Amino acid sequence: MSATPLNYLVSAGRRADVVLPLTWLTLLISITVCIVIATLLWIAVSRARGAGGAAETRAAPVQRGGDGIRWIKIGLMISAVPLLVTFVWTMVALATVAGPPRNPALTLDVTGHQWWWEVKYDSSEPSQEFSTANEIHIPVGVPVLVRLHGDDVIHSFWVPKLTGKTDTIPGQTNLSWLQASQPGRYQGQCTEYCGLQHAHMAFEVVAEDNADFQRWRAHQLEPAAKPTSAVAQRGLDLVEYRCGLCHGVRGTSAGAISAPDLTHLMTRRMLAAGTIPNDAGHLVAWIQSPQGIKPGSLMPDQYLSAGQLVDVRAYLETLQ
Amino acid sequence: MVEVVLAEPRDLPVGPTGRRGLGSWGVVTLIASEAALFSYLLFAYYYTGAISNPGWLLEPSPALKLALPNTILLLASSGAAWWGERGLLTSRRRQALLGFAAAFVMGTVFTLVQLQEWHSKPYSLGDSSYASLYFLTTGIHMAHVLVGLLVLAALFVWTVLDYFSPRRRLTVSAGVFYWHFVDLIWLFVFTTYYLTPYLGFAK
Amino acid sequence: MNRANVRTPAIGIDSVAQQARLLSLWGTAPGLKGFFSTVDHKQIGIRYIVTAFIFLALGGAEALVMRLQLAGPNLSLLTPDQYNQLFSTHGMTMIFLYASPILSGFSNYLWPLLLGSRDMAFPRLNALSYWIYLASGVFLYAGFLTGNGPNDGWFNYVPLASRAYNPGLNEDFYSLGMVFLGISTTVGAANFIVTAMRMRAPGMSINRMPILIWGTLTASAANLIVVPAVSLAFLMLWMDRQFGTHFFDTAGGGQPLLWQHLFWIFGHPWVYAIVLPAMGMVSDGLPVFCRRPVVGYSVLALSTVATMILGFGVWVHHMFATGLPGLGLSFFSGASIAITIPSAVAVFAWLATIWLGRPVITTAFLFFASMILLFVIGGVSGFMTASVPVDWQLTDTYFVVAHIHYVLVGINVFPVVGAVYFWFPKMTGKLLDERLGRWNFWTMFIGFNLAFLPMHLTGLLGMPRRVYTYADGMGWDTLNLITSVGSFILAIGVLLLFINVIRSLKLGAPAGDNPWDAPTLEWSVPSPPPSYNFAVIPTVASRHPLWEDRLKEGEGSSSLTRGMLLVEGKETIGTSALDAAPDMILEMPEDTLAPLLLALGLSVMFVGLLLKVWIAVTAGCLIVGIALLAWMWPRRQLREREPTAGDAAPESSHG
Repeated sequence: MSATPLNYLVSAGRRADVVLPLTWLTLLISITVCIVIATLLWIAVSRARGAGGAAETRAAPVQRGGDGIRWIKIGLMISAVPLLVTFVWTMVALATVAGPPRNPALTLDVTGHQWWWEVKYDSSEPSQEFSTANEIHIPVGVPVLVRLHGDDVIHSFWVPKLTGKTDTIPGQTNLSWLQASQPGRYQGQCTEYCGLQHAHMAFEVVAEDNADFQRWRAHQLEPAAKPTSAVAQRGLDLVEYRCGLCHGVRGTSAGAISAPDLTHLMTRRMLAAGTIPNDAGHLVAWIQSPQGIKPGSLMPDQYLSAGQLVDVRAYLETLQ
Repeated sequence: MVEVVLAEPRDLPVGPTGRRGLGSWGVVTLIASEAALFSYLLFAYYYTGAISNPGWLLEPSPALKLALPNTILLLASSGAAWWGERGLLTSRRRQALLGFAAAFVMGTVFTLVQLQEWHSKPYSLGDSSYASLYFLTTGIHMAHVLVGLLVLAALFVWTVLDYFSPRRRLTVSAGVFYWHFVDLIWLFVFTTYYLTPYLGFAK
Repeated sequence: MNRANVRTPAIGIDSVAQQARLLSLWGTAPGLKGFFSTVDHKQIGIRYIVTAFIFLALGGAEALVMRLQLAGPNLSLLTPDQYNQLFSTHGMTMIFLYASPILSGFSNYLWPLLLGSRDMAFPRLNALSYWIYLASGVFLYAGFLTGNGPNDGWFNYVPLASRAYNPGLNEDFYSLGMVFLGISTTVGAANFIVTAMRMRAPGMSINRMPILIWGTLTASAANLIVVPAVSLAFLMLWMDRQFGTHFFDTAGGGQPLLWQHLFWIFGHPWVYAIVLPAMGMVSDGLPVFCRRPVVGYSVLALSTVATMILGFGVWVHHMFATGLPGLGLSFFSGASIAITIPSAVAVFAWLATIWLGRPVITTAFLFFASMILLFVIGGVSGFMTASVPVDWQLTDTYFVVAHIHYVLVGINVFPVVGAVYFWFPKMTGKLLDERLGRWNFWTMFIGFNLAFLPMHLTGLLGMPRRVYTYADGMGWDTLNLITSVGSFILAIGVLLLFINVIRSLKLGAPAGDNPWDAPTLEWSVPSPPPSYNFAVIPTVASRHPLWEDRLKEGEGSSSLTRGMLLVEGKETIGTSALDAAPDMILEMPEDTLAPLLLALGLSVMFVGLLLKVWIAVTAGCLIVGIALLAWMWPRRQLREREPTAGDAAPESSHG
């Protein structure tokens, strides 16, 4: 990840590439205008008679002064040029990138929830479909269609280096698309205020070579590995009994869909929608007390005993 | 030597005369605001209807049996109010009183008929967005009618007290103008909810 | 009193007897009764200004607490819920309880003085608009202070604002409070429109009105038309929440985007309404210190109207990311780019005025001149967001937060502070201290730019809006720290303004009638003005009545010391809309408690609605009805009715 993961003054994908020069153009126009006006203002003010208060103002004579309309007209004529250029360039850029690709190599259904991202990989064969959460893998160099769904409130899907923002709105399906030009991890962020933990609703797009992507995808399709130790078996029992109320783990009886799918939890780099790294310490802390890390999260504190925590952790760590 | 400009008007009316006065302007601005309110209510209907699925219209063929005569009654009440105002214009106090009273009665009947219509609808406020919009829009209109009835009653009482004359009647003109506005708005509401389905909107 | 229905007004000059008679007709009684019943626009204006500055301080305090929380990554000074209520209340306070009322306050105070009139068109309505503003502000803050403040941002999107995701009273306070406040805005707008059209001094044709009049007039016309949109939206939200309606929720066939359309159809014209009057203040005040008339009066007036008209056609630019079809996006993008043009006209006109004048640098001048730069910075960041694909990156990041603060602080707060320095002497008879004023200016200017200029970069580096904390390693730490430091410096600057005002009330140098040798009518009356404003009604022959002898524009000279006396009752002159030819003698209403009573009745009603106590709602309605009846009852003195047989014979004192 870069030092500025959500910076969009650099781009790494076709949809963002087309927009970036326009962003720089408008930025440069803006900065130039500010410098010009600041200079004119500075010069105009430095021609002042002097500083003072009421007495000095009264002492300065009133004059009709020259007609300045000419300067307004000149200013307007000069201003019209960058405005027109921006308008035309905007229309062209919009036409180029607005529409979703006609032949996407991959289609994803992304649903924004309070405060996580559900990602479903579509296929023409139902057996080839699966769900994951918060970490999206895509093959490099091909267009990926993203269908955006709203389940609760309005969220917004944004991957600054790859694509601009599109909202997820309940009752309608919006379309966005991604096409990464090189492998890498690109951070995304919800950008429509959605309640208590809007600040912690990030996600990642991992762009990889097609071979790596197919391997990842095939692996994600597999159901969860059966536990091989007693500790892990106890953990599975707990997970099915407790976590299964909201989460799903394919290949077990935990089949709920209102929380992230955990089948391959350990393949993800982060937890809790990009809030904490996915390592042992953070995982245990999250399970025991999500409210301590992400207060207001819809996952309640679990109040597990030390032994139960060990068991659950042991099982979850098998979900590779 | 520059000439001093001095306004020296002669024979200026003191206070409002007929329909000319600050009060007329005030009523117009407030009515403009209320008209905007109804525009937004109707916008909500057209917007929601245009993007909703078929079946959104709970009444694809709204019953006109009560609503159409009721509409005509309301329009007639505007006529009565106008006739009442003319009574003041021509110093016929009885005509004024009759006109305001008739408008009041007709407006009251309109309201009662509308309440009956509400009662007989197969849907209620919380059933769907169509139902909510129907009751809110006709309800806000009814609230305006009720205010109008209070205005007509006040005009009636003040006319009994012999307050007004052809010269001093701005209050009456403002009140009657408000009543006309309420009736005109009803035409738009009626057309939207009762007639556009027949023209195929949101079918 | 003279009961004639037609009269030729007596013409005369100012005299002690004339002033004494006017004082007895126009003065407000001392004590509490006078305080609560006054309809004097100057007293109402000052109340508006004081109340608005209190809300500015409250909103500022909220911001400072937020900036403490955001000064570094992962801080835990505030819980998420506290932060969310703070940022929402900050927005609501600044945009609704400060930005518009402060301009209403200055306009209320100044308009009749600028126009050569003795009061606004509807003095009682004026009092009502203040009392409702105060009551709705208290109502809204009662929510915040009981932990039930708005918590979904100032634009309050559904479904987050709906009951399913927001079960507490927060959104009910906000919804009902905004409907309540909307009444104040609407009646205030009506008052300004009628005053501008019918109560200008004879000879003040429409092209001779000060630009502040154009600004507030345009804003008022817009508010009249768009405030109902937001009131309706909040009413629908409250009904969805409390009565199970389905305007916005998809389960019942409602549309979440309906909220956004209704809100922004109001919201975008609103943001022009809260800057156009302030731009008018700059157009009227800046030239005084440049010792010349403003450059391009006509284009300034036209650009004011053009900005507002175009402002009705750009609201969708707040919704570019909602998945709208391309044709709509293109239209609104083009309109949003085009709207920079009339704003650019104003900037060039002001620059030319400074350049072609030879300014004297006073504190007021510094605030008026610096706003030009802040305006441009805010304007160009807005221009950037007008381009749809660029906006898809910029929107909902701190770039937009930087933009809105440059336009709001730059085009509202800075001109307002300049207006304080400019018009405080007229309102109080004392000058503000210039040395302290310099400290005030530089602290505010440096603090503001330190806080908000880096914020553009914070936004370009992707920091989203409305986050109660942020992770380290995003590249935002130093920028946020700088912003937090700057915000405290800005706050100190505002504090210096308050200190200067309070100090100068007692210790300020005497101002006299016209301390700045300024050209418009308010400077021809004493400081502070007497209750009746003008002892004789002036006749105006140019835009600059007090400068005519020096400008020699050859249009004839205004008559300021000789004119209609209008002293047969509480009277002023009504004039025609375009040419301001006198056409009616207006009888103005006495002080009355009816507006306060009506506001109290509405308060009872709204509290009843909030708590669903229907008996209170009924009681409130009854009080409102009684107050309205008392108010609207036709009065002889106002010539709303004829004398009847039961009336006493006309006597010498006014009825």
